[in-house]
Amino acid sequence: MAVHATETHAVHVDTSPDSGYGTTLGLSHRKLLMWAFLGSDCMFFGTLISNFVVYYTRQQGGPNPAEILNIPYTSVSAFVLLMSSLTMVLALAAIQRGDEIGMRIWLIATASLGTVFLGGQYYEFTTFYSEGMKLTGVNLFSSAFFTLTGFHGAHVTIGVIWLLSLVVTSFVKGIGREHSLNVEIAGLYWHFVDIVWIIIFGAVYLMGTALAEAPK
Amino acid sequence: MIYEENPIHQIPTPTQMHEGSHPSAQKYIVIAVILTILTAVEVAVYYVESLRPILIPLLGILGLSKFVLVVGYYMHLKFDPKLFTWLFVGGLVTATAALTGLWALFNGWGG
Repeated sequence: MAVHATETHAVHVDTSPDSGYGTTLGLSHRKLLMWAFLGSDCMFFGTLISNFVVYYTRQQGGPNPAEILNIPYTSVSAFVLLMSSLTMVLALAAIQRGDEIGMRIWLIATASLGTVFLGGQYYEFTTFYSEGMKLTGVNLFSSAFFTLTGFHGAHVTIGVIWLLSLVVTSFVKGIGREHSLNVEIAGLYWHFVDIVWIIIFGAVYLMGTALAEAPK
Repeated sequence: MIYEENPIHQIPTPTQMHEGSHPSAQKYIVIAVILTILTAVEVAVYYVESLRPILIPLLGILGLSKFVLVVGYYMHLKFDPKLFTWLFVGGLVTATAALTGLWALFNGWGG
């Protein structure tokens, strides 16, 4: 890190790898890696959503989406996750202007909203289980639904742990604005989890139930 | 951006020179309001019986709008280097192609 003093102002030059210095493309390698991962995760969820779309109408008895999915309840869950994206981006904006306390507040808010979403998913899963849906041995809709939403829930869980680890790091070592990339990368992951739910909510819950209700 | 908020004290890094300025907190809130309205419209059109024939394209457009807003503004793809967009869109196009192909094979045309 080079520091050069002028008459009135100290000029600060960030020469860390995150700043893009010394990298082939002039970009942060960590951010590049996260985008490559998110591209691959698109394919992962693409296969799971394809799996659901292909199989959910191929019933072998048991519950179907129109009978079991609760649209008003899931709409609230979708809203909660959407708002967590707002709090996440506000956490990033806070640390980019050097407001570490603001960042902590927004990160805790994001993790809390994520936990509310997970609680909602746990309630939904236990309700569906009591109504006869199971991961295996019931029908293709049940298996495809639990696999898809279960993997999404696992992603949210990892995201909550990641956000809380940032909060703990902030309290223990501090996160200055020179390390805002740590928050930005966690934010990219969190927003990705949100956009996956945007697709699942539309394709599985809204379209899925509407098509299951439609006369054959 | 750091250097834009404090231009005298901070020299832009290569990463910052590749990136445009990110939106303000006010803009993030406006986008959240738009996302909430789009979600409400999604749920509303689901319950309108007369819209059932065009429900799938309608939900597709609404979902895509939300997707683009989150990716473009909250994930900053609109402002960041195009390479990030290509990395993400590459995966997205592959996923969409797999979904479309499998839907056509099993549920759609002649399924």
